Amino acid sequence: MFDSKYIIIGLIIFVLIVTIPISYNLFALNKCEVGVPELEILPKAGDKCVKSREYMRPFHMDLLNQWRDDVVRRGDRFTTGPDGKLIEKSLSNTCMDCHSNKENFCDRCHNYASVSPYCWDCHIAPTEIRDTDLAIHVEREEDN
Amino acid sequence: MTLWYSLILVVILTLVGLFGSQVNGLQPLFGIVLPYIALVTFIIGIIMKVLKWAKSPVPFRIPTTCGQAKSLPWIKNDNLESPSNTISVIGRMILEILFFRSLFRNTRMEIKEGSKVVYASTKFLWMAGMAFHYTFLVILLRHFRFFVDPTPQFVIWIQNLDGFFQVGLPIFYLTDMVFLAAVSYLLLRRLADSKIRYISLAGDYFPLLLLLAIGTTGFLMRHFTKVDLIGVKELTVGLLSLQPVIPDGIGSLFFLHLFLVSCLLAYFPFSKLMHMAGVFLSPTRNLANNNRMKQHVNPWNYDVKLHPYEEYEDEFREVMRGAGLPLDRDPEEEKK
Repeated sequence: MFDSKYIIIGLIIFVLIVTIPISYNLFALNKCEVGVPELEILPKAGDKCVKSREYMRPFHMDLLNQWRDDVVRRGDRFTTGPDGKLIEKSLSNTCMDCHSNKENFCDRCHNYASVSPYCWDCHIAPTEIRDTDLAIHVEREEDN
Repeated sequence: MTLWYSLILVVILTLVGLFGSQVNGLQPLFGIVLPYIALVTFIIGIIMKVLKWAKSPVPFRIPTTCGQAKSLPWIKNDNLESPSNTISVIGRMILEILFFRSLFRNTRMEIKEGSKVVYASTKFLWMAGMAFHYTFLVILLRHFRFFVDPTPQFVIWIQNLDGFFQVGLPIFYLTDMVFLAAVSYLLLRRLADSKIRYISLAGDYFPLLLLLAIGTTGFLMRHFTKVDLIGVKELTVGLLSLQPVIPDGIGSLFFLHLFLVSCLLAYFPFSKLMHMAGVFLSPTRNLANNNRMKQHVNPWNYDVKLHPYEEYEDEFREVMRGAGLPLDRDPEEEKK
């Protein structure tokens, strides 16, 4: 073999680069794995979602996109749900009525799959206020 | 004809991947066994090929230069086009590997006005090549969101930049469009020109068609026939942390995509795609043009038995003196 020094160094670099995903997963410096997400069990279980689970898993973003266009561009705010009830086309008011916790519902899968939806550029995610925070808030209000 | 062979082969592979993965019990084959075989073939195959290439000696520099070689101090030389030292060679290699400089020089010969031969520069192949290779790289880097857990920050940056215009949902990536357009151009280029079609082999069409199929299945999976992304990531992270699992309910389009990628990886070491390693080993690019400065000895030269004039004279001195021939060194003269 000729120029074996360069050839062997080059091949070692090649193998190291190709196996980066494997070595990253095996010896990741950052050991806090996100892990396969598990969705929270909803407190209001039994209520029906606007679409089936099989549809919602892959296509929820299409539905939300469609609703956004309907409401913002056409002023078409309402649709009928699976049980014939009138529902508002609204992320904050309809979806998050049941799926109330963004961190436990939306973010788990989105973080795992590294999706950063721009819903929250406009919408304000509802935050859960703890009693202690509320108390401090009230105190401040009184001070003023 | 070569096009049809490649097309039929890609169609067969597509059908195998699409229907094979739906057969009960075959999912571990398509999701675990074949990807591992393909990855091992890819790595071992490339190593074997490079070691085989390294057995060929390169005894003499091949200065296919396009610039003035370094010679006399008052002649201006071109360092990048005709490098004479290692640093300039590295510069030339960087230009070649990152910017395909040789391809940039591509020219096209045409006959104009009856008998006039015209050479014109043509950059379309270079442009499509650059577009294809760099979008392929970006797409590969974007796929790290499926390969590793947690996703590195740079992948998020690439995603945000790539989906800058926020068209559609899931956001349409610019690189997807450029990739498919560039591969289509490279394929049409071979078909549109009869001269290029004549020299195109099955090995030229097959990788292009395979890449087109991979890109299309990926695009369909993102925007139309969706698959369960969480399950997909569970499978790929499992594969790449050597703890393979097959989650339920992943769409068959994903298995097709994975199968086609496995085919590409396994095919790689035996194909023209080996230019990935070959570009580093191009003697016309990676050797300095210093033929006139350094002596390069052919490594397989046998030892030539020499018989210089001094020895010749030593051997025949007496005879030569007898015949009255002039001698360089005459011991009897020196004695006097």
